[in-house]
Amino acid sequence: MLDVVWLIPALPLAGFLCILLFGRKLGDPKAGYFATAMVAGSFVVTLGVFFDLLSKTAEERHHVKTLFQWVPLGSAHIDLAFLADPLSITMCLFVTGIGSLIHLYAIGYMHGDPRFSKFFLYLNLFAFSMLMLVLGSNMLVTFLGWEGVGTCSYFLISFWHEKDSAATAGKKAFVTNRVGDWGFMMAMFFAFWAVGSLDYSAINGAAASLSVTTATAIALFAFIGACGKSAQLPLYLWLPDAMEGPTPVSALIHAATMVTAGVYLMCRISPILNVASSYAPTIIAIVGAATALYAACVAVAQNDIKKVLAYSTVSQLGYMFLAVGSGAYTAAIFHMVTHAFFKALLFLGAGSVIHGMHHEQDMRRMGALRKLMPITAATFIIGWLAIAGVPPFAGFWSKDDILLAAYDKNIVLWVVGLVTALLTAFYMTRQVIMVFYGEARWHDAHEEHGAAGDLGVSAHGDLEPHESPWMMVTPLVVLAGLSIVGGGLNLPFKESTERLALWLEPVVGVHTSTTAKLPLALVAIAVGLVGIAGAYAVYYFKKVKPVEPKILADAWGYDRAVSAFMGGPGRKAFDGVAWADAHLIDGAVNGSGELVRGAAGQVRKLQTGNVRNYAAAIGASVVLLLVWFVVIRGLL
Amino acid sequence: MGALLAADTLHGPKVDWFALTPLIILLGGAMVLLLVAALTPAWPKRAYALFTVAVGSAAAVMSFILWDRINHQGAKTLVGDAMWLDKPGVWIAITVCIGVVMAALLTDDYLRREGIDGPELYVLYLLAALGAIVMASANDLIVLFLGLEILSLALYVMAASHRKRADSQESGLKYFILGGFSSAFLLYGIALIYGSSGSTNLGKIESYFRLNPILDHSKETLALAGVALLIVGLAFKVAAVPFHFWSPDVYEGAPTPVTAFMASVGKAAAFAAMLRVLLQGLPHWAQDYRPAIWTIAVLTLVGGSVMAVVQTNVKRMLAFSSISHAGYLLVGVEAAAHNAGNGLSSTGVSSVLMYLLVYTVLVGGTFAVVTAVGRTGDGATDLAGFRGLGRSKPALALGMTVLLLAQAGVPLTSGFVAKFGVIGDAVRVHSYAIAIIAMVSAVIAAFLYLRIMISMWIAEPEAGDDAREAVRVPALLCVAITLSVGFTLAIGFFPDWLIHAAP
Repeated sequence: MLDVVWLIPALPLAGFLCILLFGRKLGDPKAGYFATAMVAGSFVVTLGVFFDLLSKTAEERHHVKTLFQWVPLGSAHIDLAFLADPLSITMCLFVTGIGSLIHLYAIGYMHGDPRFSKFFLYLNLFAFSMLMLVLGSNMLVTFLGWEGVGTCSYFLISFWHEKDSAATAGKKAFVTNRVGDWGFMMAMFFAFWAVGSLDYSAINGAAASLSVTTATAIALFAFIGACGKSAQLPLYLWLPDAMEGPTPVSALIHAATMVTAGVYLMCRISPILNVASSYAPTIIAIVGAATALYAACVAVAQNDIKKVLAYSTVSQLGYMFLAVGSGAYTAAIFHMVTHAFFKALLFLGAGSVIHGMHHEQDMRRMGALRKLMPITAATFIIGWLAIAGVPPFAGFWSKDDILLAAYDKNIVLWVVGLVTALLTAFYMTRQVIMVFYGEARWHDAHEEHGAAGDLGVSAHGDLEPHESPWMMVTPLVVLAGLSIVGGGLNLPFKESTERLALWLEPVVGVHTSTTAKLPLALVAIAVGLVGIAGAYAVYYFKKVKPVEPKILADAWGYDRAVSAFMGGPGRKAFDGVAWADAHLIDGAVNGSGELVRGAAGQVRKLQTGNVRNYAAAIGASVVLLLVWFVVIRGLL
Repeated sequence: MGALLAADTLHGPKVDWFALTPLIILLGGAMVLLLVAALTPAWPKRAYALFTVAVGSAAAVMSFILWDRINHQGAKTLVGDAMWLDKPGVWIAITVCIGVVMAALLTDDYLRREGIDGPELYVLYLLAALGAIVMASANDLIVLFLGLEILSLALYVMAASHRKRADSQESGLKYFILGGFSSAFLLYGIALIYGSSGSTNLGKIESYFRLNPILDHSKETLALAGVALLIVGLAFKVAAVPFHFWSPDVYEGAPTPVTAFMASVGKAAAFAAMLRVLLQGLPHWAQDYRPAIWTIAVLTLVGGSVMAVVQTNVKRMLAFSSISHAGYLLVGVEAAAHNAGNGLSSTGVSSVLMYLLVYTVLVGGTFAVVTAVGRTGDGATDLAGFRGLGRSKPALALGMTVLLLAQAGVPLTSGFVAKFGVIGDAVRVHSYAIAIIAMVSAVIAAFLYLRIMISMWIAEPEAGDDAREAVRVPALLCVAITLSVGFTLAIGFFPDWLIHAAP
């Protein structure tokens, strides 16, 4: 079974090619079913490979399938080869599993879109690239997938490119990702120069013999690459904008799979990271913790249902890097998997709401949807409990593992992690209440705050929210189930229940800790509950006191409630962070883009089209060259 | 009587005619085409082009036979030490022949579409190819200059050959004036080198400087100035920054098939000549010219990719892209200069040669698409002309996408293999800074290729788009694109044999 590992990426590729050729003929919805079947087939193959690996002993769980020799390098070769080991197959399982659910969901969500089949074309190409990324047995194959997912993400973000904002967001994603790609390329070249091979087994095998400086350079350049792909400070800013894409894309690419590629890469080269100078993992941990806290702050001040989730994703990815930096690779992967469950669930739930609300995304115009969309509401609430860290839902267990590792690394990191957990619980509770509880505000909202029309949604007076069709609801139910039981992968009670850690141990080693787990877990639970209770108090307070018509009528009251709860300065700080995000940092990025354009524009003026000027420029260059050769090299 | 016999035996060098067959075929083909076409009524459709393809292919086949002969008998010099018969030379000859075949395939329908059909352009292709091969195999600076002028004069006329477009005339004149200017530098450089070493023969120059490592001051100054001026002349030909100003204007104005020819054949010949001059003739001065090459390479890499970003005309974009490709090739030359003492077996030479072959095929295919999109009048080459190509001609747009991805150096295409080769060689000789800059500029340049792809696939149709003339892809153009895309992907997946074959 291991030898058919190539089928895992091949099936989505076949799907891509078929839709490319026959997409229009298949049309809506057949193209969607076909694409879904391809990814689901890939999931079945992955399952087969997984069970085959399980049946082997831990040492034997490493199989390289070489398709052909690719780039010759002196005596060695870079091959187009796939690596099946616990790490890559874990990734494949959730990429194909969640991927097929999201494909299914997208059939309902994209129904009626004029470019229906094109959407699935990109989606299958994305699945193929992502699987290449995780299955590649050397950095070059990974890089191929890395570039592929970036390009697909770019195309899918600007899928609705009629919207200017979508096209701009796509460009921004492309530019920031290129910075990350450069980091990856540098890491690749350093690894090649130091080890003479790009195979992970060779690189990781040679890790012990590398000099500390080399290992640090490889690790940090790879981390720059990871920052770009996984939206960490300071390269995170494309991710919130990426929400311009259709919601299934947000769920698949910008929550569950692609953005975790950076974490995967760091885990894949973890032996290098272990050899690197100790400040390298510390930098990673600090960047992760800072990103987690920063994004959680911003999420509190968002009103767009998807933007909250986007910042939340950035924040959760920060947790994963905190784990990587603390040496707890298993915890990072564990959180990656559970996060994929509940964040995909939340995004798809949000998509279902948006679908039911006829493309309304402003939470200030929602409310009381739980009665009209019971399944969406129920599953969304499960996702909320999972991300808020309420036991026994999946998020609790994985977040706890990370906090434990952070505590071992440095107590400040642990505190930052706890504060982030508190904020996470708070803003998610706020979201759930704003969307599913309280007053129904979708009829009257537009009159009260016409300014909110900046979302580009016109008034919809007779709008009647409705539950979504079965192909959208089924994935929600499945993912909700996974979000409940996902923690079972790695229960910290005794060694034998830490199944994921045992499974991944041959690849990433094991993180040992002597800290007592129970007190830390209790603190984490308490903090999560405080966050929920706080948000509940603020927003429920609004609900039980309908005698304050002013605040009720004014949807901005939510924000005022936040102010009341957090106090004036807190509110200002959040707004400030959100403002800085929107103006300063965006401005800096756009500004540097403008700078390149401006500089090129100036240089362009040299290109006058006038032969005399050209000849003068050549003459001046000749003088410079002569100065170099004759004066500097010859006379001096 | 005896004296007369003695004079006879002194008469001229011994000529290995067989080793010159590719040149003879090209020259003969050109003569036959010119004379016969002048004496007969207009040939049937496609006949001129197919004749040129046949001549180019025959020359390529003969080059393969010569390659085999070198395998058995080794490299040697020809015609009294004036030219080389060696693998790099034959490799470039094959590259040039491929360039001729591609250009001929592009030109056929183009000329009829533009209403200027005739054999002249094909004759010029063949003659230019002859010059290019001479230039690439020269072992003597005078022969090199001869080849360069044969090539350049043909190129000037070709650039101006679209009688109905003022742009074309302008580009020809510009190219001619600036080309003459730079040739003067080259010639002066040759004179200075002759003055200091007493020879124009690369082998003799090399041995003179090797045997007289300590020159008196005036001779050293003379030699250094000569090196500088030779670099100017050659850097102009490869369109390296800051000697590149002509290329965007000329690329844009020249008929598109000619642009393809210029970018491929012109560049291949000039780089081969540069390698020969620097590595076979002047390795003694490597420490002096390496920093200059380094600087020019960096300027070319960064200038080419940054300037490309602000262009709106695809031919201009590709001109800057071609400049940035020259930057990568210079990275390879710089790497070779690190161990210049090994002549053409230095690290870096084979990567440069392979890059040139790959690029020739790539650029042929890319400009083939531009030829089709240019529509009648050859004017619709701005980005707007590509708008909606993904809908109206999906196969053509797909082919273009593959070629652009290859130019950007995406893995699984030939462009990646080529870039990987030169950057890998830079890393191998510990020239890290330039390798890093090359990677950064690859990152910037990707934006340019993406812009064209966006125009083809994503940009929304605008009013009046439907009123445009439809894009036609006639048979020979289709052949050219198919061959180019096929080769690009084949090398991307199986680069092994080509890398091993490269000398």
